[in-house]
Amino acid sequence: MKQAVVTVRYAALAVLALLVAGCDRLVVLNPKGPIADAERGLMIDAFTVMMIVVVPVILMALWFAWRYRAGRNARYEPTWDYSGKVDAVVWLVPALIVIAVAVLLWRSTHKLDPYREIASSTPPLDVQVVAQDWKWLFIYPEQGVASVNQLAIPAGRPISLRITSDTVMNSFYVPALAGQIYAMAGMQTRLQILADKPGKFVGRNTQYSGGGFSDQFFEVVAMSQADFDAWVAKAKQAPARLDPPTYAKLAEKSRLNPITLYSAVEPKLFDAIIDRYTGGHQAHGGQTPTAPARR
Amino acid sequence: MFGRLTIEALPFYSAIAATGAAMVVGGALLVAIVITWLKGWVYLWQEWLTSVDHKRIGAMYIILALIMLLRGFVDAIMMRAQQAMALNNGGYLPPEHFDQIFSSHGTIMIIFMAMPFMTGLLNIAVPLQIGTRDVAFPFLNSLSLWLAASGASLVMVSLVIGKFSTAGWTGYPPYSGIQYSPGVGVDYWIWALLISGVGSTLSGINFIVTILKRRAPGMTLMRMTPFVWTALCTSVLMAFAFPAITVACILLALDRLLGMHFFTNELGGNMMNYANVFWIWGHPEVYILILPAFGVFSEVVATFSRKRLFGYESLVYATAAIAILSFTVWLHHFFTMGSSANVNAFFGVTTMVIAVPTGVKVFNWLLTMYRGRITFHPSMLWTVGFIATFVIGGMTGVLLAVPPVDFLMHNTTFLVAHFHNMIIPGVLFGYLAGYMYWFPKAFGFKMNEPWGTAAFWFWIVGFYLAFMPLYVLGMMGMPRRMEQYNDPSWQPWLVAASMGAVLIMIGIACLIMQVIVSIRDRKKNLDVTGDPYDGRTLEWATSSPPPPYNFAVLPEIRDREALLDMKERGVAYTPPARYHDIEIPKNSPAGVIMGGLSFVFGFAMVWWIWWLAILCGLAMWATMIWRSSDDETDFVLTAAEVERLERARYRELEAARS
Repeated sequence: MKQAVVTVRYAALAVLALLVAGCDRLVVLNPKGPIADAERGLMIDAFTVMMIVVVPVILMALWFAWRYRAGRNARYEPTWDYSGKVDAVVWLVPALIVIAVAVLLWRSTHKLDPYREIASSTPPLDVQVVAQDWKWLFIYPEQGVASVNQLAIPAGRPISLRITSDTVMNSFYVPALAGQIYAMAGMQTRLQILADKPGKFVGRNTQYSGGGFSDQFFEVVAMSQADFDAWVAKAKQAPARLDPPTYAKLAEKSRLNPITLYSAVEPKLFDAIIDRYTGGHQAHGGQTPTAPARR
Repeated sequence: MFGRLTIEALPFYSAIAATGAAMVVGGALLVAIVITWLKGWVYLWQEWLTSVDHKRIGAMYIILALIMLLRGFVDAIMMRAQQAMALNNGGYLPPEHFDQIFSSHGTIMIIFMAMPFMTGLLNIAVPLQIGTRDVAFPFLNSLSLWLAASGASLVMVSLVIGKFSTAGWTGYPPYSGIQYSPGVGVDYWIWALLISGVGSTLSGINFIVTILKRRAPGMTLMRMTPFVWTALCTSVLMAFAFPAITVACILLALDRLLGMHFFTNELGGNMMNYANVFWIWGHPEVYILILPAFGVFSEVVATFSRKRLFGYESLVYATAAIAILSFTVWLHHFFTMGSSANVNAFFGVTTMVIAVPTGVKVFNWLLTMYRGRITFHPSMLWTVGFIATFVIGGMTGVLLAVPPVDFLMHNTTFLVAHFHNMIIPGVLFGYLAGYMYWFPKAFGFKMNEPWGTAAFWFWIVGFYLAFMPLYVLGMMGMPRRMEQYNDPSWQPWLVAASMGAVLIMIGIACLIMQVIVSIRDRKKNLDVTGDPYDGRTLEWATSSPPPPYNFAVLPEIRDREALLDMKERGVAYTPPARYHDIEIPKNSPAGVIMGGLSFVFGFAMVWWIWWLAILCGLAMWATMIWRSSDDETDFVLTAAEVERLERARYRELEAARS
């Protein structure tokens, strides 16, 4: 018996230690930018509201099962099967909670629409993102450079991403900075991110895409504007240029590609990647994933 | 001659795949040898395989489900073992194998475990609860069973010949298209879903007609048991939702076979259409599975609390509301596809609205326990465990219904934890509760309770240990379906989850022991009264197992707790004044023959053996014509014969009473 207590205590300690050690690893609960922060806040709010129902239900399930078990001779009313008041409560309480969360949902879904650019005094930096088997290509149209598996961004400045895929469906996900959005061939989706401070974060594809799926991660490096300028300058010195043959080679299946910088990018490469799949069948504009890239 | 089927399709390229194949072939051989040894083939063919009796069809559905549960679980524990060890190394499974396993796990558990289990419970309980002699279309019922078995066999055969899909159970294009998945795997998946899906549509129609047209006199809609209500709602969903998956699979097959472009980008096709068509089936499917489980819980909680179900009408309206709302939420499976905020917010709100009727049901079960007199039959344990656990999954479901939260958690293990949190305590616990509850009705003896109780505790503790870590891992940003990973902080949680899977494995072993012990001790646990729990509803009024005609005289129903009402009025178990001739449908081999042909047809389509596919198609058509032109599908059990059977039953009852 005593041994069992000791074992249980050790087990509890181990779990606790694991939780504490894991806490800063819970990236979703430790956001590094305003979008992810707002999404986390929303999750915690909704979670808290729902505890009004969840906790009583769990307690009632266990308590009623214990209290009204046979042999205990608690009060027994075998024909009690309706009460208007109780019925009203069981419909109204969940309904009110859902209404409260629905209001929260409607507002936040508009506020955190991934297509809506982040309000800021500095204009957003445009980056074009291409999912490939099994790596990520980032094109900086203003700077005329590109990189594979590394997204360098200036901290404190909104980043406006245009995302497509040159293979199957992917999903672009940097949990520290923002929720994800799908990347689909022939289409463009959008996402806004902003890193509060310089730092390194992990980004991944979360939509299963074949054998190299597990290896399809990249690093996001948020840096000061000066460091970012230096990074662009370094990219400009890179030996490789992203011309059509180089791109074709890059788009082939490969795993664990090292970070590669390109000093120049074929003009309108991003649009050409999308056009390859649509064959001129461009959908209408507006906020749909099929919207053609801005030209 | 053999299409693209060559000797290379045999799995000698990998020891693990060869072992899996050997287990399938060995298992099938073992069963065949045992049947031959028992000289059971004729009996099996005459009494079971060709049977159109809903009770036997129900039992066969559940046997199929339990076999597929084992297969699906082997997949699960292999994945857990792989992820527990694959930190910065390849583990023991290469990606292309791991990817087949997660695809087959999902496909099997949803389509070939849960669906047959559910249909089996409907078959066993619904006709008895509404007081009818069989379903409306007994032969169609047999055909549905064999189409389901045919689809399941295709998935099993893919272990031995060729490979299974790696596109996940959802099979999203363009990955599942011919360009990215040129092998036979996706074709196996398509034809398994197509063939069994047709069977499910037919089952849905069959049960709608049965419930609406075949109820005993006096059983108004509002006197139907809660299980029959859920069965009706589920059947309506099946009839309306399954055609969507059939269409999705046909279009995908046309893309793959004939180079069409429904879901590829060329010539204006679009992969997003697939997501819509798939989930317009896929979301109602979740409710198709869970509503009957809710029905089981409603029966079990009233029986073992020895109390009338609280808020019956509320429960009925809640069930119907869930059924209707289930068609309005499918887009929440792809909030991350870039729809506008208005669209996402609309579907987020409809999703959350479903939480209201579901919450009502939970409170009704709790209030049924309140001031009851609860005995803890294993079925009741599953029910209490369900209520306490399901509410957690419901809560995480509402979180995921908020689009910006979904952006964060979609495609992570948080999502995996959420839907297992709905499907294991919700669906599976419900089915296991129903299986242990109605087992004596189907087979005439009670199940061993200690082993059932042990199974419950291993399952529920195992469930928490296996899936709570996945919530945490989702918060750490771990995507689902990873064959290996490079983040060391994930590993302790994955190891914990694999321990949970081991506990569930012990739970499954307890379920197997329960069957063995129950059969061994069957003489001691005979259910001679047909009413082992002092039941309240009509199925307990007849003997266990019921005679082929279920009720010698159709009962007159005056209350929704029909049997309890009869007991109170003193009219239960009283022999009728006189007996009548009863027409009973004859067994027919057409169902099992068409099932077998559809299996060969599916196999031929997978491997492009066109001549065989055409041959099987013609043979199926001919069988159907032959069956349709048979005018003598019934035989008559004479009143004298019925009286002889019933007299024996009443003698047994007398003996049991005294």
